[in-house]
Amino acid sequence: MTLDSLKPGQGGIIVSVGGEGALRRRLLDMGLTPKTRVFVRKVAPMGDPIELYLRSYVLTIRREDAAKIEIREELGK
Amino acid sequence: MREGYLIALAGNQNSGKTTLFNCLTGSNQHVGNFPGVTVEKKEGRIRAHKDAVVVDLPGIYSLSPYTSEEVVTRDFVLKEHPDVILNIVDATNIERNLYLSLQLMELGIPMVMALNMMDEVRASGNVIHVDVLSEHLGIPVIPISAGKNEGIADLIDQLMKTAQGGKMPAKMDFCSGEVHKAIHSIAHIIEDQAKEAGYPTRFAATKLVEGDEPMEKALRLTDNQCHIIEHVVQEMEANLQTDREAALADMRYTYIEAVCQDCVVKHQETKEQIRSEQIDRVLTHKYAGIPIFLLVMLLIFWLTFSVLGAPLQKLLESGISWFSGWLSSSLSQAHVSEWLQSLLINGVCAGVGSVLSFLPIIVLLFFFLSLLEDSGYMARVAFVMDKLLRKIGLSGRSFVPMLIGFGCSVPAIMATRTLSSERDRKMTIILTPFMSCSAKLPIYGMITAAFFPRHGALVMIGLYVLGILVAIGSGFLLKSTAFKGNPVPFVMELPAYRLPTVKSVLLHMWEKAKDFIHRAFTIIFIASIAIWFLQSMDWSLNMVTDSADSILASIGSLIAPIFTPLGFSDWRASTALITGLTAKETVVSTLTVLTGAANDLQLSTALGAIFPTPASALAFLTFTILYMPCVAAFAATKREMGSWKEALLTALYQTAAAYGVAVLVFFVARVLM
Repeated sequence: MTLDSLKPGQGGIIVSVGGEGALRRRLLDMGLTPKTRVFVRKVAPMGDPIELYLRSYVLTIRREDAAKIEIREELGK
Repeated sequence: MREGYLIALAGNQNSGKTTLFNCLTGSNQHVGNFPGVTVEKKEGRIRAHKDAVVVDLPGIYSLSPYTSEEVVTRDFVLKEHPDVILNIVDATNIERNLYLSLQLMELGIPMVMALNMMDEVRASGNVIHVDVLSEHLGIPVIPISAGKNEGIADLIDQLMKTAQGGKMPAKMDFCSGEVHKAIHSIAHIIEDQAKEAGYPTRFAATKLVEGDEPMEKALRLTDNQCHIIEHVVQEMEANLQTDREAALADMRYTYIEAVCQDCVVKHQETKEQIRSEQIDRVLTHKYAGIPIFLLVMLLIFWLTFSVLGAPLQKLLESGISWFSGWLSSSLSQAHVSEWLQSLLINGVCAGVGSVLSFLPIIVLLFFFLSLLEDSGYMARVAFVMDKLLRKIGLSGRSFVPMLIGFGCSVPAIMATRTLSSERDRKMTIILTPFMSCSAKLPIYGMITAAFFPRHGALVMIGLYVLGILVAIGSGFLLKSTAFKGNPVPFVMELPAYRLPTVKSVLLHMWEKAKDFIHRAFTIIFIASIAIWFLQSMDWSLNMVTDSADSILASIGSLIAPIFTPLGFSDWRASTALITGLTAKETVVSTLTVLTGAANDLQLSTALGAIFPTPASALAFLTFTILYMPCVAAFAATKREMGSWKEALLTALYQTAAAYGVAVLVFFVARVLM
């Protein structure tokens, strides 16, 4: 499953990061690397982007980009 | 060899970099741009050590070749060879911050780490063993808290010591296994070329493993070498079952995790992080988030334009008019020639004065903007509003500058400085003046009173909407032409909310005020004189008594036919459009003077003669609100774009768009009315 399919409060462990070029590099640089635990904290009022929590900080990315991140679901926080 | 020391300050966004820079240098700063790009470069001298210059590099998260901010940082360090890199790290967010540190350490420059926000770490009962961290990384680490001015003296001592000693980071391999193998075999192959090109071998090798194109070009590798390198990297990828970029990011984070395991004791999130989550429950709430944002902006506008700004502006205006009156009487007492009197009073005082009277508004707006930015709320606005701007190829970050554009384009354009990508900055600068600014209100008033007395509000709202539509259309156009290619990805940190420091806010305001005053006395000064000259002289350089005889009037007549497709070709209209460049509201005063109208009723009648139909008046109004902004906004555009060429192209585009839309409005209005 992909990161965009998680609901607020749900978390998962990153399996792989897709996309290409600047976007992919940016995702990796911000710490979205395989085996990292990530939670979805919130969805913006207009339904997009989403707010993530990982490596003790808060990051926001767009849904279409989150869809490129493959995760393994992990329930609860 | 340079004298003294050069210190490069590098770190993530939101790491407290600007606060630290202000701590180190005080108000002793110089702001400019890095050559060739619109990336801000701040320089200052350390207060206690005047021989040490600190350069504040852009806030970045990595040294990838994808954004101009990252490229600038890397080029600066590699070409200027600073004596020390001062890397600031947010201790409450240490994992992600160290990711950049590991890359900076590869650059082969002595480095000192300032571990910021240690007060927050301590207050929450967490511990970071600074000495263990320092030992792991092989560089000195100084705990500080820039907001509270703690640890700054120790930091300066260490910086001086490292600068004098020139001690390199103790060579550390952050890599293991396959990546290690690949980096080392490539380092071996390219060693000579890296030395020749002036790059640290280790850095060059790592970049080649990452597939960094600028590095491939810079080293002038032979085909054979490229072939071998590709083979080495492919072998690494095959063994790790991942690709090169992920492999290196993973290697760095794995190393960081191991370091943090050893030196970070984290029981809980910091108070600030917990508080931020609570604040966000309200400020980015599903239903309340957008209304709250609009209320905040409304409050800022209300305070800036009515409560605080208007009286201050009045005060400044009366000050300027007092000065101008005093100057006028002293000049005539001294029997100074008439033309010089007119130049100083009607040209310089009137021109520069009218622009300077905007200073309180600009300073106030920047006061509020720096509160928004420094508190962390600006990032939330970007989060909340991103979806709206995405379609035109921008991100939520551009929303606030564009909104400020409804007040005044000058601070709006200056506010684009905080956008994190050069592309977004430029696009926002081009689109912002389409938001109808407050100086255009008198023009609405004049035209609607004369032609649409019963539908004034409708016309005004219609034109505000038209401006927004033109901006959206331009966004689409720019996205697929001049700014083609992938936009910088919207992957943005939401920093913890923090109280802005008084010092940072004041310095920010002072810097913007200084910038604006500087422009008022240079480019705006010259433009005022030029317009005065054209307005008061005829072709044989005699002062005119009737402005219809001036050079400006004849230029107005010359270009008047251009506006025939807009339904008006009276020279007075085109002349007013030229003087409108000094400040948009001047259009009203010029038309009043040129028609010789003594009151509003006479002006309305006279306008009826200039614009034969309401449709043509509407086309004039459309053109007036959309064409290139006033000279103050143009000067700000030039400053932020960094080049005359791009500023002129921007003005040309805005004027062309105004012309096209006005023709269209005239055509449609003629059919409808």
